[in-house]
Amino acid sequence: MSAIIHGAGAATALSTFNPVDSKKLAAPCRTNLPARSKRYIVAGSDASKSFGSGLRASHSQKLIANAVATKTDTSATTGTGHELLLFEALQEGLEEEMDRDPHVCVMGEDVGHYGGSYKVTKGLADKFGDLRVLDTPICENAFTGMGIGAAMTGLRPVIEGMNMGFLLLAFNQISNNCGMLHYTSGGQFTIPVVIRGPGGVGRQLGAEHSQRLESYFQSIPGIQMVACSTPYNAKGLMKAAIRSENPVILFEHVLLYNLKEKIPDEEYICNLEEAEMVRPGEHITILTYSRMRYHVMQAAKTLVNKGYDPEVIDIRSLKPFDLYTIGNSVKKTHRVLIVEECMRTGGIGASLTAAINENFHDYLDAPVMCLSSQDVPTPYAGTLEEWTVVQPAQIVTAVEQLCQ
Amino acid sequence: MALSRFSSRSNTLLQPFATAFPVALRRQISTDTSPLTVETSVPFTSHLCEAPSRAVETSSKELLSFFHDMALMRRMEIAADSLYKAKLIRGFCHLYDGQEAVAIGMEAAITKKDAIITSYRDHCTFLGRGGGLFEAFSELMGRKTGCSKGKGGSMHFYKKDASFYGGHGIVGAQAPLGCGLAFAQKYSKDEAVTFTLYGDGAANQGQLFEALNIAALWDLPAILVCENNHYGMGTAEWRSAKSPAYFKRGDYVPGLKVDGMDALAVKQACKFAKEHALKNGPIILEMDTYRYHGHSMSDPGSTYRTRDEISGVRQVRDPIDRVRKLIVSHDIATEKELKDMEKEVRKEVDAAVAQAKESPIPESSELFTNIYVKGFGSESFGADRKELRATLP
Repeated sequence: MSAIIHGAGAATALSTFNPVDSKKLAAPCRTNLPARSKRYIVAGSDASKSFGSGLRASHSQKLIANAVATKTDTSATTGTGHELLLFEALQEGLEEEMDRDPHVCVMGEDVGHYGGSYKVTKGLADKFGDLRVLDTPICENAFTGMGIGAAMTGLRPVIEGMNMGFLLLAFNQISNNCGMLHYTSGGQFTIPVVIRGPGGVGRQLGAEHSQRLESYFQSIPGIQMVACSTPYNAKGLMKAAIRSENPVILFEHVLLYNLKEKIPDEEYICNLEEAEMVRPGEHITILTYSRMRYHVMQAAKTLVNKGYDPEVIDIRSLKPFDLYTIGNSVKKTHRVLIVEECMRTGGIGASLTAAINENFHDYLDAPVMCLSSQDVPTPYAGTLEEWTVVQPAQIVTAVEQLCQ
Repeated sequence: MALSRFSSRSNTLLQPFATAFPVALRRQISTDTSPLTVETSVPFTSHLCEAPSRAVETSSKELLSFFHDMALMRRMEIAADSLYKAKLIRGFCHLYDGQEAVAIGMEAAITKKDAIITSYRDHCTFLGRGGGLFEAFSELMGRKTGCSKGKGGSMHFYKKDASFYGGHGIVGAQAPLGCGLAFAQKYSKDEAVTFTLYGDGAANQGQLFEALNIAALWDLPAILVCENNHYGMGTAEWRSAKSPAYFKRGDYVPGLKVDGMDALAVKQACKFAKEHALKNGPIILEMDTYRYHGHSMSDPGSTYRTRDEISGVRQVRDPIDRVRKLIVSHDIATEKELKDMEKEVRKEVDAAVAQAKESPIPESSELFTNIYVKGFGSESFGADRKELRATLP
């Protein structure tokens, strides 16, 4: 796949670049970062690329935006990849970025000595020190605000919410300061923060620890939201989010941390604003993200046996939507099913339905159907919790209904 | 006296005549930089630290600059008042007159590398940091020549090159941001400090206590300055705070109570605080100050306090009058010269207002700029971006 070849070509260029010596990290000085030349590619999902070169005035970065092809492609051509779990992929991405740029720091509860409640930041405090991997007291509002204030001066903090639900306490900082400061200051300040954490319905964690905050954050102007679902895109999105000058909220899922996959050895990044084609098809477009991708793929097996050919797209970018990829798919299949874990009311699916109806109405042969979680607090009892979220059987029924 | 004719002309006219006349007959305004020691009006009250001395080192030049700058700030706020009533400034407009000494005294003690972050009552702090009158008035009137391109408004003045981080509408939200600025200064070993200003109303926010804890825990060079003007909009201090000793609220963090209407006391306290913060970590400064206007232009300011109280403070504690008396008593300039200076200031402000009134409103395309930092040439307009558009540089 040309995407990977290009990635490999860029990687050799990277190998000549010296990462910042870790000793220097003890006393980072903002004034003497080496200026690096930048090449970039903007990739369309049909793998057409255009590239150019340019120098960036301030914070320089080398970015490779890969069009993520199907899974078989990535592992086949890379050859010597390495296998790891999703939380390790996140850690690898974070560690590589911290090695590369002394401005990147992590802050959150129990990220340092404890290693992170989901082990994403394990070992980083020993390597980078307590100031760069900062254990904060339990004050989400204050440490999110602190990260944003630090970002105003040029640092690039990665703020971890131990559970996404706790970030509701920091909503004011995220909405008013993080999202809006670039605008209200007339462009004077950029806020290159990454806010990340696990969310979603887990295994009987209770109502308050099973929240999906995508729906609450989606209207905040000025932020970008991405959701990772595989080790490959977890690492890629983490790196892209850290390098982005915009505030990015990276949604991880509690149940996906132990997924295993082989990822390339060379450095790569996933485009923040692009959707991933999981399975090309002809009959119906199924849009999904995060954990529901796996429910959809499970349903897809059943559907294929029944003779259907679903096209599955992992939208990945929750704000803004990749309407280019989605639109091309709708134009091909004329039927859309959205499967999401968000609540029915005002969720990502609701916005996506509106967006598709507005933009691609003429191409639709059937109304857009959206399967979302029930509008209830997540119950503790296992069976009830199972029925709060969308199950593969429901997806199969929905597809059959749409394809009549 | 024959001199009275000459003293009635503006200062610039007097220059050519000065050499012609004997020096003893005509003394110019002194711009001496030799040190002058003045005592602060009241002693400092301290908590967990040694209060600095009451004797403040200053100079004639500095006192004159205090007078000029405070008069400028006062005049700007009055002009903003009339502009608001003329409906050229809309929305919320929070005026700082009465509190000028805090901004001025602080500037005198620090450099442009030290950061200041404050709440929505930020016009004068912006000016103190080097912001221009024209940018300020343009921003207030929503013109594109404003400091935030007209997109921020009264509550969102920023000046990055002077380390002025605004300008925040939500009460208390700037406290964690200030800790972040201090954290970045510590991270990069800048040897600079951050002054985080908030009011007596904000002092009751949980974020303040969170910020205090993290600043003290990591010894951040953060100075938390409570501008106590005794009223949180319409609620008096005694009705909203169990303990009005805001400088003691830090508990384990040292604090200092300062007369905020005395620019020299503020200067001394800020100097002391900067030294302390660089060595020992955070400190709280409580500035005992007063605002003459209401909370904002929609608040008359007299329903929860008497007019006698306001005029009483104006007569006894006005910061500009205090500096004026100092200047006159130390023979640095005469009353008439100071009045002339005020007239000049008024002209300057009026000129800036007139110029700002003429400036253009932002173009419609500005609605969509600065939402995202344009990365790699692509634009986005919210959830419905219709295509991945990329432009090569």
